[in-house]
Amino acid sequence: MKDLISYKGIEKAFGKKEVLEGIDLSVGKGETLVILGGSGSGKSVLLKITIGLMYPDAGRLLIDGEDATDYGEREWLEVRKKISYMFQWGALFDSMNVYDNVAFPLREQRVDEAQIKERISDALDTLGLEGTEAVFPHDLSGGMRKRVALARSIISKPECILYDEPTAGLDPVTSDQINSLIRKTQEKFHVTSVVVTHDIRSMAFVADKVAFLYEGRIAFSGTLEEAKKSVHPVLKEYLSGRV
Amino acid sequence: MAFQGAKKRIETLGGISLLASRTVRSLFSSRPEFPQISYQMVLMGYQSLSIVIITALFIGMVLAIQTAYSLEAFGAKLYIGEVISLSMTRELGPVLISIMVGGRVGAGITAELGTMKVTEQIDALRSMGADPVRKLVCPRMYAFVLTLPMLVLIADALGVLGGMIISVMQLDISARFYLEHVFRILKFNDIFSGLGKTFFFATFVTLISCYNGFQAEGGADGVGRATTYTVVLSSIVILISNFFLTKLFLTL
Repeated sequence: MKDLISYKGIEKAFGKKEVLEGIDLSVGKGETLVILGGSGSGKSVLLKITIGLMYPDAGRLLIDGEDATDYGEREWLEVRKKISYMFQWGALFDSMNVYDNVAFPLREQRVDEAQIKERISDALDTLGLEGTEAVFPHDLSGGMRKRVALARSIISKPECILYDEPTAGLDPVTSDQINSLIRKTQEKFHVTSVVVTHDIRSMAFVADKVAFLYEGRIAFSGTLEEAKKSVHPVLKEYLSGRV
Repeated sequence: MAFQGAKKRIETLGGISLLASRTVRSLFSSRPEFPQISYQMVLMGYQSLSIVIITALFIGMVLAIQTAYSLEAFGAKLYIGEVISLSMTRELGPVLISIMVGGRVGAGITAELGTMKVTEQIDALRSMGADPVRKLVCPRMYAFVLTLPMLVLIADALGVLGGMIISVMQLDISARFYLEHVFRILKFNDIFSGLGKTFFFATFVTLISCYNGFQAEGGADGVGRATTYTVVLSSIVILISNFFLTKLFLTL
C-alpha cells in the first residue's frame, strides 16, 4: 500500500516544552490510522503539522511522496483541497448557519450554488441532519455540532480526513453514532483517515492500524490485534480491560 | 521586565506592519466580498450612530458654552459660529469620534476574531483553503474606512447644531446669524482635512484590532486582555498620529 502521509523524525517544542521528539510514522492510502495517546501528548499538534497549520522544528513531512515540510501557504492551499480536518470542538463558524458552514469549503473551491445545494442536502441526509440548514451552531447539541463538522469535512470529497478527538465530550451513545459515521464515510468514499483520540472504544470501532504516542515518540505502531498483544507497559495499562 | 516589555512592543509593531502588507496585497489581488462589507458597515456604522449623535451634540454644546465664556472677555462672542465649526470639522469631530467609534468597533473586532482564534475557527478557515486576511481583515478594512468618514461627517454637522442650540437658547444669537458665520468661514478644505485623517484612523484601528484578535490566546481571559489592549493602543495611535496628520494636512 502506497503511503499518503509519512512523518520522518518530526520534532516540535513550545518554548522549553518538547512535545514531539522525533515522530516516525506513515499512513497508507485508504487506511484508517488511530493515533492513541494521553491528553497533552502532542496528538493534535501532529495533526496540525499534517495540514500546515503548524510547522515542525525538525524532521520531514511527506504527502503523497512529496516533501511538504517547507511548503508556503500557497502550496498548502492545494494540499488542503485533498486533506480535510475535523476539529475537536467542531470549530463551526458562529456567524454562519449549518448550511453556510457546510457550504464553506465548496464556495472556497468555487463550486456552483446548485451543485452545493445538492451536495449539502445529500450530506445532511446521510448524517441525520436534515432540517437543520438554518440553525446556528450555538443552538446545536454537542453531538450535532460534531456531525455538522463531519459534514463539512466530507463535503468536498477529500482523499484524507484528519479527525481530532471526534468523540471528546460526547455520551457513549452519541460517540458510537460518530464512530459509525466515520466508519461509514471511510467505506463509502474510500478515504484515508487519521483519527487522534484517547477514547479506546472509538479506536476499537474505527482503526485499521494503531499508533501509540508516548513521551513525544511513537511507542507502538501496528494493527489493532498487535496493539492488544503489545508488551509496552503504558499501552497495556491504557488498553487493559477496555478493548 | 523592561526588556520583555520592549520586546513585546517591537513584536507588535512588526506584526501589525506584516499584517498591513498582507492586507494591501489581499485588497488588490482579490475581489471585495460585498455582502460581508455591507454587513460590517451596518455593524460599525448604523449601530454606532447613537454614540456619535450623543458625543457630537454634547461636544458642540459644551464647546459653545466654553467658547462664549472665553470670547466674551474680548467682546468677540459673535464669532462663536466660526470657532465651533472650525474646531468641530478640523479636530474635535474627527479625533473624538474616531476614539469613541474606534474603541467600540476595535473592541468588537478583537473580541470576535479573538474568540474565533481560541475556538480554532481561524485554523478551520485556513484548513479549508481560505486566507484569514482576505476573509476577515479585508471586509472589515473596507467597511470601516468607508463608514468612519461618514460618521464623522454626521458628527461635524451635529456638533455645529449643538453649538447653535446653545447660541440661540443662552447667548441671544439668532440661528440665521450663527449659520451665516459658519458657512462664511467653513471651506471645503477644512472638512476635507478632518475627513482625510479618518481614513488613516480607520486603517490603524482595523489593523490593530485584527492583529490583537489573531494574537489572542487561552480562553475568555486572553480575549479580554486582547480587547483591552486594542482599545488602549487604538486611542494612543489615533492621538499620536493625529499630530503628524494635522501637520501633513496643513501643508497640503
